[in-house]
Amino acid sequence: MKHTVAVLVANKSGVLTRIASLFSRRGFNIDSLSVGTTEDPKVSRITIVVEGGDHVLEQVTKQLNKLIDVYKVSDITNDSSIDRDLALIKVKANSEDRSEIMQVVDIFRGKIVDVSSDSLVIEITGDEEKVNALEELLRSFGIIELVRTGKISMVRGG
Amino acid sequence: MEFTGAEIFVKSLLEEGIEKIFGHPGGAVIPIYDVLYETDIEHVLARHEQGAAHVADGYARSTGRPGVCLATSGPGATNLVTGLATAYMDSVPLVAFTGQVPTGMLGTDAFQEADITGATLPMTKHNYLVQHVEDLSRIIKEAFHIATTGRPGPVLIDIPKDVQMAKTTFEYPAKVELPGYGPTYSGHKLQIKKAAKAIKQAEKPVIYAGGGVVASGAAEELRKLARKAEIPVTTTLMGLGSFSETDDLALEMLGMHGTEYANYAVSETDLLIAVGARFDDRVTGDLETFAKRAKIVHIDIDPAEVSKRVAVDIPIVGDVKNVLQDLNQQVQEQKHSKWRQKIQDWKQKSVISKDKTTKVLTPKFIIEKIDEITDDNTLITTEVGQNQMWAAQYYKYNKPRSFISSGGLGTMGYGFPASLGVQSGNPEATVFCIAGDGSLQMNSQELATAVQHELPINVAILNNSYLGMVRQWQEIFNEKRYASTCLKRRKSCPPNCSGPDSDRNCPEMTPDFVKLAEAYGAVGIRVTKTSEVKSALEKAVASSKPVIIDFVIEREENVFPMVPSGGSLDNMLVGGND
Repeated sequence: MKHTVAVLVANKSGVLTRIASLFSRRGFNIDSLSVGTTEDPKVSRITIVVEGGDHVLEQVTKQLNKLIDVYKVSDITNDSSIDRDLALIKVKANSEDRSEIMQVVDIFRGKIVDVSSDSLVIEITGDEEKVNALEELLRSFGIIELVRTGKISMVRGG
Repeated sequence: MEFTGAEIFVKSLLEEGIEKIFGHPGGAVIPIYDVLYETDIEHVLARHEQGAAHVADGYARSTGRPGVCLATSGPGATNLVTGLATAYMDSVPLVAFTGQVPTGMLGTDAFQEADITGATLPMTKHNYLVQHVEDLSRIIKEAFHIATTGRPGPVLIDIPKDVQMAKTTFEYPAKVELPGYGPTYSGHKLQIKKAAKAIKQAEKPVIYAGGGVVASGAAEELRKLARKAEIPVTTTLMGLGSFSETDDLALEMLGMHGTEYANYAVSETDLLIAVGARFDDRVTGDLETFAKRAKIVHIDIDPAEVSKRVAVDIPIVGDVKNVLQDLNQQVQEQKHSKWRQKIQDWKQKSVISKDKTTKVLTPKFIIEKIDEITDDNTLITTEVGQNQMWAAQYYKYNKPRSFISSGGLGTMGYGFPASLGVQSGNPEATVFCIAGDGSLQMNSQELATAVQHELPINVAILNNSYLGMVRQWQEIFNEKRYASTCLKRRKSCPPNCSGPDSDRNCPEMTPDFVKLAEAYGAVGIRVTKTSEVKSALEKAVASSKPVIIDFVIEREENVFPMVPSGGSLDNMLVGGND
């Protein structure tokens, strides 16, 4: 199963390498990883989605906690949380398909952020399933290029 | 007043109470060496940086104080890597310093540049690249703190040459601030209570003690627990010495080359109490069958070791010494006479305890003689391979830190340089390095260091002209196809030669270890007969110089008992000598 782990780390060079190297060395499979700063400029937050059973999750958590630059590790898989993924999708759009694509994007509350004579670039945010669903629908028109950020996640409430 | 980075380096080491460092100079550490030239810190010049790291490691393991090594950038730094990995696997407190190209040249593939912090990421507890001289004293303080607290381990500090020369004021921090680092020292009360209850209910308990007992200085607490609740104790290779092997509760070592009685006891126990041990695959063999009837208690300071390989019923995270103290207060006096009788029966049937009368020179005879002629103030180091296992099996270890060996990484070339560090840290002790002829050749250049620094170590080479442990595996698992393990083999040898050499006119051994010793100004002795063993050992111990004794042993002697890799502990090969 997939686990979402939120890791607070020192905002210093080399920290991401330590974490990525830990995952590769111990054979943990990263499904997605996103990193950015937090409200405290000294602290970054990494959201890692890792595939594996409870034993893998336990080891991931414990091994991450051993790193000196890691401040806090939380498994938020089962917490009530807001999950977001951002994707940019470049899709083939000839004059016939264009309006249909725009309708689909509209239903998903996506944005069209670039238009050319034969393609559109669509920006979509949402949880993983929503982005997957749009991707699936656009596939029939022909996806030229697709890029996703990986999941970021925040637990609800105080 | 302002000081250079190099001066701050030395001042910080003095603040840490460091008296000796082990290293090798080079272009990128000249400023540091220039300051060291006039200080009270003794610099021991190793002949290879790998040697320096192992010397520092031996010093640390035998004294319990952090070992410090120093190397230049690039090749000097990369030569440290094996030493750091060795220390990491066995949780040895080591602080390694490397020089680095100036900060302005970082990343340009400059002369003697290597990304050593990147390279050592997976084999150090933590590491640093110092970018500003203002950070240096704080980083050194943090490094010693990290290396020596919690689960000990090696820390590396990479210092660019311009940082060594830049100036700033010096103030050594009084304490460290590491929000992401805080080892748990006290065990959870409720868990300890549960463990005490489990001990009370157990009929066939066994304690399995590892290197953590040695590291935490908990041998006395371990002895108390074992005696109070009458629990037999087996130790890992790293745990040797944590429980006296002359105690009648001692099962000695378990695992691949453990005693039969330790392995049987672990296979049959109903309560396994793992103390500062990490269920290494050389200990457990097949996980499906390991201690399969037992409830498992695991005491360890590193939470990541708990349930890493074996599911644990009662985990207790904390410093072994603290936890055992608390546990001893709760445990009640107990007797396990039936269980002990059963173990006694196994002991009597054991092959390892049987005396093998022999006319030829065997490792058992030599090591037991070393045991016989040495007193309690003796420290044993080993190389890696058959020599290491024989040293573990036949010498009786009675106190912690008396057995120094590369366990986790199994580093050939470790034991000899380590013995220099052991002797350096324990000038009054008798130090014996039990070595193989293959292993010794991996760092024999440190003979120069031993002679130069007047370290009167004694090296006992168990010379079979084979890379013996691999040869043993080839004999058992590869139909005696001794591929590249015969050190005497030359071009003209027949392709199918796999036998001992008595009638094959093999070339003389290379090197001649007696001449090698003499070439460095050490003493060399060759022993080929059992009758010569005792006098050679006594001569070595009496000498004030380093001595190498080249024991020419039976070539195809094997280490038994043996649990084949991944096999079940109660299914041992005991060899043809029972």
